[in-house]
Amino acid sequence: MSKYLILIFQNEATTRQADGESISTSYQDFMQRRAESLLGGAALEASSTATSIRRDGSGGFTVTDGPFAESKEALGGYYLIEAADLDEAMQIAKEVPAGAGVEVRPVRVVSP
Amino acid sequence: MPQRAASAQVAAAVADAHRTQWAFVLAATIRVSGDIDTAEEAVQDAYASALETWGARGIPDKPGAWLTTSARRRALDMHRRAATARRALPRLIDPNAIDPESATFAADGADDIRDDRLRLIFTCCHPALDLDAQVALTLRLICGLSTADVARAFLVPEPTMAARITRAKKKIQGAGIPYRVPDGAELDERVNGVVGVVYLVYTTGHTAPSGDSLMRRDLAARGYELARMLRELMPTDPAVAGLLALILLTDARRNARLDNDGGLALLSDQDRSRWDSRAIQEGAELVRESLSTRSPHRFSLMAAIAAVHDESPSWSQTDWEEILGLYDLLAETWTSPVVQLNRAIALGFARGFAEGLVVLDELGADPRLARYPYLASSRADFLARLGRTADARVAYEEALALTDNDAERAFLERRLAGIAR
Repeated sequence: MSKYLILIFQNEATTRQADGESISTSYQDFMQRRAESLLGGAALEASSTATSIRRDGSGGFTVTDGPFAESKEALGGYYLIEAADLDEAMQIAKEVPAGAGVEVRPVRVVSP
Repeated sequence: MPQRAASAQVAAAVADAHRTQWAFVLAATIRVSGDIDTAEEAVQDAYASALETWGARGIPDKPGAWLTTSARRRALDMHRRAATARRALPRLIDPNAIDPESATFAADGADDIRDDRLRLIFTCCHPALDLDAQVALTLRLICGLSTADVARAFLVPEPTMAARITRAKKKIQGAGIPYRVPDGAELDERVNGVVGVVYLVYTTGHTAPSGDSLMRRDLAARGYELARMLRELMPTDPAVAGLLALILLTDARRNARLDNDGGLALLSDQDRSRWDSRAIQEGAELVRESLSTRSPHRFSLMAAIAAVHDESPSWSQTDWEEILGLYDLLAETWTSPVVQLNRAIALGFARGFAEGLVVLDELGADPRLARYPYLASSRADFLARLGRTADARVAYEEALALTDNDAERAFLERRLAGIAR
């Protein structure tokens, strides 16, 4: 089994107007259905609350107000899952009831 | 005991085995090595040693089996030597499932081997890989083309192609793309991807000659061979039948595509006695088979259209109503502006050029066709047939500005000159 991170992207402008109650029900259904594969996950506050901290190359940091990369679709949450292979991970990812879509990334295996 | 063989004979046998057995040998070796890179190296070594060994001991009865055994031994050796250094290497298949004894060919059932080739094909054409990468991997791993040849076929520098292939292989290992044949509901969707890749290989080669035309011809032949292999491995799949039919029925006209001066000959002007009647017969039978499903694949419908042309004794006897009906069905399953364009052309021939021109003009508003030379050249043709010479000339000039293919430019220039006269 391998671990994958499912990054959930949303168009924040449209998501905020949506009915919050119905969204959370569909997520609950998904989490119940896929309970065996889910290792963790969370929803995030809007990207307007993000703070980015970049190394400035001379030992210090530059702090900016906002997400690391500005884009129309913002990272809105994630799931850490366990799957046999990419096919299974993609199957689970397609069931995430997200607005814009998701990105599936394998978690790197670090040798002991 | 086979006799020593002459070196020319051996070279020919090795070249033939390279062309016909590569996927078989590589897929069977991946079963032992568990990873693509080791298997590729082992298979390359096996082909190199075949040149020497077959010269000394004669050409074996089953070259594919000989090469598989040799490549598998080599892969196992490589693994033993690297065992400590590469213990943590991710594998396509669980190494515990590998039985060293299976390095002998006789241990496998025919089904294993068949599935291995299919597994490799589905891995190369996995939807999580970029389409360019799927095509490159298919040519590299299934057809055994060198990276340099794949690069030449797609007119990109060799280092670019090498990077593309390396990245794709890394993604297969790193992202955990499985080495398996999909099943159930997933299968149709994945077969659809595979036949799309094979058709792309064929059309890239079949497109009017530009650049390295020998390489292009070889690419079309590879596309045909891949379609044959798929048909052998999935004999009941209607999409595969449609793919092979389409390639057969298109390729049947290959010898008539160029006129005596090497210029491009239109379907209407081709010498139909130069069409390959055996390919047409086989293709037409496959069309009937592949159309008997509930919702035919778009390749089956495209093949059916090609069959109407191929079976028509002359251009003037073409059954345009039948072709128009098939384009209507095709447009239902495949919303492509190019399908709409071809449908409009069929409409013009079936119901009158004025009616066809109305639809062509409507399509001119579609931004996806704005730079498509065939829309302009089709409009030019219809305008000329309707006697609107000045408008036709403008449309031909527009088409000329949009194409950079030499053979097509020469054709359009001849047409333009024909009107001016």
